[in-house]
Amino acid sequence: MDPILDVQNLSIRYGGAPKPAVRDVSFTLGHERLGIVGESGSGKSTVGRAIMRLLDTATITADRMQFEDVDLLAATEAQMLKIRGKRMSMILQDPKFSLNPIQRCGHQISEAYRTHMKCSKAEAKARAIEMLEQVHIRDPERVYDLYPHEVSGGMGQRVMIAMMLLTSPDLVIADEPTSALDVTVRLQVLQILDGLVRDKGIGLIMISHDLNLVRAFCDRVLIMYAGRLVETLDAKDLDNARHPYTRGLLAAQPRIGGSRAPLPVLEREASWVNPQEAV
Amino acid sequence: MMKPLSIHNLSVSFGAVQVLHEVSLEVAAGECFGLVGESGSGKSTILRCASMLNDSWSGTVEIDGRNVREMPVRDRCRTLQMVFQDPYGSLHPRHSIRSALEEGLRVNGIGDRAERMAQAMRDVGLPVDFLDRYPHQLSGGQRQRVAIARALILEPDLLFLDEPTSALDVSVQAEVLNLLVRLQKEKGFTYLMVSHDLAVVDHMCDRFAIMQHGHIVEILSREAITQGTATQPYSRELIGASLEYERAV
Repeated sequence: MDPILDVQNLSIRYGGAPKPAVRDVSFTLGHERLGIVGESGSGKSTVGRAIMRLLDTATITADRMQFEDVDLLAATEAQMLKIRGKRMSMILQDPKFSLNPIQRCGHQISEAYRTHMKCSKAEAKARAIEMLEQVHIRDPERVYDLYPHEVSGGMGQRVMIAMMLLTSPDLVIADEPTSALDVTVRLQVLQILDGLVRDKGIGLIMISHDLNLVRAFCDRVLIMYAGRLVETLDAKDLDNARHPYTRGLLAAQPRIGGSRAPLPVLEREASWVNPQEAV
Repeated sequence: MMKPLSIHNLSVSFGAVQVLHEVSLEVAAGECFGLVGESGSGKSTILRCASMLNDSWSGTVEIDGRNVREMPVRDRCRTLQMVFQDPYGSLHPRHSIRSALEEGLRVNGIGDRAERMAQAMRDVGLPVDFLDRYPHQLSGGQRQRVAIARALILEPDLLFLDEPTSALDVSVQAEVLNLLVRLQKEKGFTYLMVSHDLAVVDHMCDRFAIMQHGHIVEILSREAITQGTATQPYSRELIGASLEYERAV
């Protein structure tokens, strides 16, 4: 199958920064779920934003950055406006900050739909309510009329997911979609997102600092360290990770019922920032 | 010296909303006690009230039998210190580490400052010459160490930890948790720790309270997580969700 996204040797340097934030990152994405994992500052969110072309002050270079039939390196902003939110969309970390606080939740969903689809307001509303049902909101008509501060974090994130999936994009980038949520709703939100992505055959890039989460909800995992890819693995092979950084991250996580011995601490090595050997 | 903490019938209202409803708990001397619950359940509010950062509450809080309301500020600060969640927000960006650490010593009229600051840095495992750095020159884990050093430097007996690692990466979290465990062994601290992560609580705490809507639902020992001995429906739900998440992931 043709890849949805093909990125070769992507480097990103923020304006005024002495060193690039991302160096020589290459990957392709088919109809699958791809995780990007790393610590804060490793450049994982920067990659997601570069794909959405949201970094207008940064210098982006790549040998190739192809999204379906669109060359993301050459696309104009006018073209991007038609693509963003319609063919590719992004779910952000915290619904408290990513939803507009002075507009009703439902209005924001139908606005996103009407930006890309020609239809009446009534039809957009009907589609929005239908979508709210699909993200397991029990009383969608009522939630449609609520303001973001009137809904819980988990429900806000489901509103966000509904908004992003309503236009049936081919690519969804989820940037830490559940790290602002309580553990009681986290799994539920992930399962809803996962179900929709599978049903609709969407390509998903899940950006997270949580290796274990990515292991459960992705097919493949890219591990980033200091702006570089250090390892690419199938999620099921994560236990056999070879790179010491990946293994260090896995070991540092306290587990329920684990021994209370001191947690293994990551011993960073300077060589990790060198280009990865071919695997 | 190890000191116990006793909170009795602590109630707080913010305007018309009552956020804590007669919360009572006892933390034994030298114990690590956890507070767990969803956001908005009042966990951090308990810390802010017991440390008098918020003083409009009713009930009694006693440290080693002394009412915190009757303790002079200096005594209170030298008995009880707090480490906040986000080391990016809790250190003044334009103060060097030296002035951050020195301020507490100066206002409390403590002498021998240079030696104490050096000792606090060694205690948290940072090089002494980091005293002349600014927060932006440190990584997240190093900043949280500085925040811990700042709490240690007044030689308290009781440390309040408000989600001390939730702003940090797992790799850095491991460092900070190890440090907190080591300091407790060395100095005999009593910890009251807020966390939303049961794995961290299981790693650190002897007992913990589960909170919901400003009430303590249940106080459990650490073993209750794995042995499933929680009795209240909400505790079972919270522990179940955490276990399911751990197992799923």
